[in-house]
Amino acid sequence: MKWETVIGLEIHAQLSTKSKIFSSAPTAFGAPPNAQANLVDLGYPGVLPVLNREAVRMAVKFGLACNATIARRSVFARKNYFYPDLPKGYQISQYELPIVAKGKLDIVLEDGTRKTIGITRAHLEEDAGKSLHEDFQGASGIDLNRAGTPLLEIVSEPDMRSAKEAVAYMKKVHTLVRYLDICDGNMQEGSFRCDANVSVRPVGQKEFGTRCEIKNLNSFRFIEKAINYEVARQIDILESGGKVQQETRLYDPDKGETRSLRTKEEANDYRYFPDPDLLPLVLDDEFIETVRGTLPELPDEKAARYIEKFGLSEYDAGVLTSSREIADYYETVVAALGGNEKLAANWVMVELSAALNKENLEITQSRVDAERLAGLLKRIVDQTISGKIAKEVFEQMWAEGKDADAIIEAKGLKQITDTSAIEKVIDEVIAANPKQLAEYRSGKDKLFGFFVGQVMKLTAGKANPAQVNELLKKKLAG
Amino acid sequence: MTELHHLTLAELADGLRSRQFSSVELTRHFLARIERFNPALNAFVTVTAEQALAAAARADEQLAKGGAGGLAGLPIAHKDIFCTDGVLTTCGSRMLSNFVAPYDATVVERLAQAGTVMLGKANMDEFAMGSSNETSWYGPVKNPWDPSKVPGGSSGGSAAAVAARLAPAATGTDTGGSIRQPAALTGLTGLKPTYGRISRYGMIAFASSLDQAGTLTVTARDAAMLLQAMAGFDPKDSTSVDAPVPDYLATLEQPLEGLKIGLLKEFFESGLDPANEQLVREALKVYERLGAKLVDVSLPNLPLSVPTYYVVAPAECSSNLSRFDGVRFGYRCENPVDLMDMYKRTRGEGFGAEVKRRIMTGTYVLSAGYYDAYYLRAQKVRRLITDDFARAFKEVDVLMGPTAPTPAFDIGAKVDDPITMYLNDIYTIGANLAGLPAISVPCGFMSGLPVGLQIIGPHFAEARLLNFAHMYQRETEWHKQIPRGYE
Repeated sequence: MKWETVIGLEIHAQLSTKSKIFSSAPTAFGAPPNAQANLVDLGYPGVLPVLNREAVRMAVKFGLACNATIARRSVFARKNYFYPDLPKGYQISQYELPIVAKGKLDIVLEDGTRKTIGITRAHLEEDAGKSLHEDFQGASGIDLNRAGTPLLEIVSEPDMRSAKEAVAYMKKVHTLVRYLDICDGNMQEGSFRCDANVSVRPVGQKEFGTRCEIKNLNSFRFIEKAINYEVARQIDILESGGKVQQETRLYDPDKGETRSLRTKEEANDYRYFPDPDLLPLVLDDEFIETVRGTLPELPDEKAARYIEKFGLSEYDAGVLTSSREIADYYETVVAALGGNEKLAANWVMVELSAALNKENLEITQSRVDAERLAGLLKRIVDQTISGKIAKEVFEQMWAEGKDADAIIEAKGLKQITDTSAIEKVIDEVIAANPKQLAEYRSGKDKLFGFFVGQVMKLTAGKANPAQVNELLKKKLAG
Repeated sequence: MTELHHLTLAELADGLRSRQFSSVELTRHFLARIERFNPALNAFVTVTAEQALAAAARADEQLAKGGAGGLAGLPIAHKDIFCTDGVLTTCGSRMLSNFVAPYDATVVERLAQAGTVMLGKANMDEFAMGSSNETSWYGPVKNPWDPSKVPGGSSGGSAAAVAARLAPAATGTDTGGSIRQPAALTGLTGLKPTYGRISRYGMIAFASSLDQAGTLTVTARDAAMLLQAMAGFDPKDSTSVDAPVPDYLATLEQPLEGLKIGLLKEFFESGLDPANEQLVREALKVYERLGAKLVDVSLPNLPLSVPTYYVVAPAECSSNLSRFDGVRFGYRCENPVDLMDMYKRTRGEGFGAEVKRRIMTGTYVLSAGYYDAYYLRAQKVRRLITDDFARAFKEVDVLMGPTAPTPAFDIGAKVDDPITMYLNDIYTIGANLAGLPAISVPCGFMSGLPVGLQIIGPHFAEARLLNFAHMYQRETEWHKQIPRGYE
């Protein structure tokens, strides 16, 4: 039988507010345990939550960026369950009335086709703390620094049909939250993670199969592996005549498999009800429009502009807009260069990208900043150096952290564009190679390359290639 | 000379200002009375004598310098539900029997800033769940009018302390009648302001959408003085209301001529003792003499108050009390073998029977499959009751009726019968469900036990309620009565 995979993702994006969602404690990562938990985060008797306006603004930003409906009235609810790292015995979340509903995002598949993924809802909630089971003999430690950190939970429709689509969607949301500057996207620190709901059904069947939820996937690689493992597991069960159990599973990256965490029967009854400590969140049009005014140009809009105004290919536009930092770098180069968008695109995508990859650096950590790269490209444009020489110069810029002009000057790499100087070299080459000249003139056109090579060799690559071509053709013709 | 404890808060304030006595003298006087009478009454869980004398000395300095706040040097008691920095805050529960709060509740902070001196923390029903002060881990409080009777609850310690004049005034909280019912049962003036008028920050939550801080005092004027300091928006409580705080003392004596009093038909119909009704009717005559008009008013959904309340309040309490898990503060069972054992025994041993009953009820009504039938339906009825009140206040200025169906009852009489106990709050719960301000004032005695008249007003009509209560107290002596043995 042929099987179809159905995937929906619940992405948890930690909002990059300075303080927590319901308390004034800071959210910075890495402080000593419990140093960043105040009485509200600790759930002390008598304390009350006060909503962080900035978290609301960020959620609205996300909603607007994925064309969603922003709820004029949303409600915070309590999700009740006992766990030592959940200080109040309930998590404040949104349940029936989330702040963002009915959005959508386009992803581009490997074959270049576009697909729209629906976003059911996005809601605000607080994160829990952490239980630390190592280092404590016969006991567990509780670190509540993370408790109360604002999260935006972004729930997709079950619109994805393969692990690759799920990863493409996850990357799309990742790019978007980074563009919006509402989440640092750091997956290692858990600032951006997801749960995947996975099911399979025979191709052509309308109803969904029984799904399993895979918890806490915090890398793109794990998502793909975990989903693929889970799909294979479910198909195995079904093909051997079994039934998939609805359950929550955990992905073990060391073993590359998912394992059962709890079945549906063991699931908590969370007893959601509206939190009486918080009034319904009411947003007016003015607030929403003010937030809309702060939206940056979004990746899809940016890519469209690159294609239309800069004449870039869809692929190049996609790469250059894949993160806000890359796009910012690229646009800085273009601005300093005053055009030549394609040249700039090639350099960012090829030379710069290769140099970064070699050292595993982010573009923000580049040893050659955008202004310096533009300085180099200017010299290609004004024909001071050739593209080939430019690559050498770039390597030195990368290694030494100097401006292109300083290197060109110091190493005497300036291109020779003086016609008489080039002619002189050509004459020398022709005189030194009478045999090749005769062969060329008798019809062996391929030898043209040999003469070009000789001229470049004698000028140490500095002769302007176009001029060399032109003059050589004339001279060889006799 | 009149004894200091015979004076009202207002009179004591005058005496302090005119240097007839110092705050230290005053504080010593009340501390001495606490020492003498509290062992029998059990009104206080904690007495903060040392801190009180230090605060009194500071108040005296301020009074000498001039420019002291209106409440400078006045001793008061706080219900043990309010967090007090560095002081044991038990909420009447074994669960918090070791809990020293690391911060002050906003109510405590504001009253301290106004210059009050805290005498101690008053006993109460465990987590404010009870109508008799019998559910306290620290034992029942006795009614000063008759030690075999309950003082009402849950602010029973506050009520007994003020009634016996161990403190000139006390704070309380009212979720379903916990200020007004004990005020009625001990002959005091008990004010529950509008929901949101006073910050709930630092007040240990029972049912968040119903809980409201208020006062237990001898007179309406005293209540106005305290409310003035307590009321107002608090950025730490999202449900506190950012509305201007009027001058409550300024309007106390406004004439009542032409104002309309609605008599709650439903309150006079069911279960009210005829003698109790008679006293309430006598009080209404006083208002007629003062020029107010009586109008019969019906709130058809009001009889649903008790069942509605006993869904909403337990639902919220079941969630609010989840934080008492033995992990971070409070009671933890001995030698737990694992997490589940710690949870079960900590909560099993730390909470008393009534609290457990309400947690279980609340957990049930919020459970999948029951939520719609109970919690959601109760919220709808709550809306209907609120609408009933709103309609009534289009016709009348205030509503009046009894505060409690009977005077104080015997300790132990209802403790095994929760339904009968819950019916004690039949007249008070409506105001909590609708978030309305209400006040109870003493209006007579039945067989030597005080009885209260309840006045309910529209949202933020505290000034009007205090005005009505004060004008009545100008005409009557009920509120001036002191129980025998405590003169």
